[in-house]
Amino acid sequence: MSDRPAPKEPARQPPIIIVVIAAIAVAVLALPLIGLLQRTPWPSLGSTLGKASTLEALRVSVVVSILAATVSVVLGLPLAWVLARLSFRGRALVRAVVLLPMVLPPVVGGIALFFALGRRGLVGRALQNAFGVDTLIGTTAGAVIAAAFVSMPFFVITAEAGLRQLDPRLESAAATLGAGRWTVLRRITLPLLAPSLAAGATLSWARALGEFGATITFAGNHPGRTRTLPLAIAQANESAEPEAAIVMAVLLIGVSLVVLIGLRHRWITPYAHKPANSPQTSPS
Amino acid sequence: MQRQTLGALIGLLAWLLTGCGDGNKTIVAVYAAASLSDAFEDLAAEYEAQYETTDLDVKVKLNFAGSARLAAQISAGARADVFASANETTMSRIVADERTATPPVLFAHNQLALVVPMDNPGNITTLEDLSDDDLILAVCAPEVPCGALAQAVLADASIDIDADTEETSVRAVLTKVMLGEADAGLVYATDVTAGGNQVAAVPLDPQIRFNDYMITTISNRTIATDFVGFVLGLDGQRILQNHGFDTP
Repeated sequence: MSDRPAPKEPARQPPIIIVVIAAIAVAVLALPLIGLLQRTPWPSLGSTLGKASTLEALRVSVVVSILAATVSVVLGLPLAWVLARLSFRGRALVRAVVLLPMVLPPVVGGIALFFALGRRGLVGRALQNAFGVDTLIGTTAGAVIAAAFVSMPFFVITAEAGLRQLDPRLESAAATLGAGRWTVLRRITLPLLAPSLAAGATLSWARALGEFGATITFAGNHPGRTRTLPLAIAQANESAEPEAAIVMAVLLIGVSLVVLIGLRHRWITPYAHKPANSPQTSPS
Repeated sequence: MQRQTLGALIGLLAWLLTGCGDGNKTIVAVYAAASLSDAFEDLAAEYEAQYETTDLDVKVKLNFAGSARLAAQISAGARADVFASANETTMSRIVADERTATPPVLFAHNQLALVVPMDNPGNITTLEDLSDDDLILAVCAPEVPCGALAQAVLADASIDIDADTEETSVRAVLTKVMLGEADAGLVYATDVTAGGNQVAAVPLDPQIRFNDYMITTISNRTIATDFVGFVLGLDGQRILQNHGFDTP
């Protein structure tokens, strides 16, 4: 993948124009971050971070994003398998529908969720009867559904791409050697797929962590239940408390970076560093 | 590339580029509280109509959101000409940030209203009914003027509520009630009409509380002062009254 060492070439000057454009790209992405850090009120950082409302929003964010990523994996993995391995009429349509939340404005997603799961939505009444759920507004379950709606596509496309790259002959070979369906899945498919699954799960978790529009529209803004860090940041920003907004934004970025960097070294890099043509074996 | 395709692409590009400019129009950018949406759309139309017979082609660009969000945008340097806020507290932030060009002026009042979906699933008939924790209740966040007003009214009546969601704009509260997702919502009296036949207002006791709508110029442009003058003038005040606002 991207971390694969560059193939050895005779020493040559890199094309200057590409390097310049790459530097501009880095500036576009990094400058806002630097701007934020430069405005961060470091002396009062601790007191704002320690505030009960900040910690509460952090807790809601962590719980909601992890649950949403879990939902994405549990529902998304079988979906990715169907999309990658079965050919059926309308597969392109299914894939388009699955990817739609990625391009849909999240607020539209939130409104659409109302019409599906709301009290007067398509299956809302059935939901009410089955689970005794009167409403999802102001509930953590509602926030998880909203976050899973926008983040699941990230897992599905990553997992599907991973499944497509997998050499099916490895699975056939295992089967001819007498491995049952589940053994093949457990011993061959999933281990080979692990890097894609980890990358997909991380992507969907990160998307869920940053979720704002669908959450506030569908699940509302309730402290301790649906008020995640992004919601708390928006509210602080609109309440003439820009300092609190900045501190929580730095916190959110910190949490994301720690997890993304941590996971990268743990799961993704070891596989990615393998040369492409080396025989792939299940890790043991 | 085929000649026709190329022609179509050039045409599309030309259209996209012209859409960005407003030509020789005189634009006045008005940032107004969400609760003023319908009234200010009428105001803007009449204001533009005033100039139809003149050489000046005036266009009012309206930006509606919760007062708090608009104030944050203006503090951050948004290029507004006029700002109309739903209370004095929010306006004072802009004043403190020295973003106002003229002192804010009071131009209208509004009162709190309790709205329920037309079929009133929560069976709500008084403000006191809101203390039932099982109800799905939508209110404005306390930082938003409608939330501040709601807090004050509820405190006066010693009613404790457990809101399920604290929205950042009064119209977001109204939407949740219109969709039937909330059993009740606390909005402004003028929002009841905007809810059409999807919401019903629960009559409240005569209230002593009301909010003050404040308006000010942000830019030094003549057109900004002119628009504020129109809002404060006879025509502007009449339109506001037609939409249910009390005027000073």
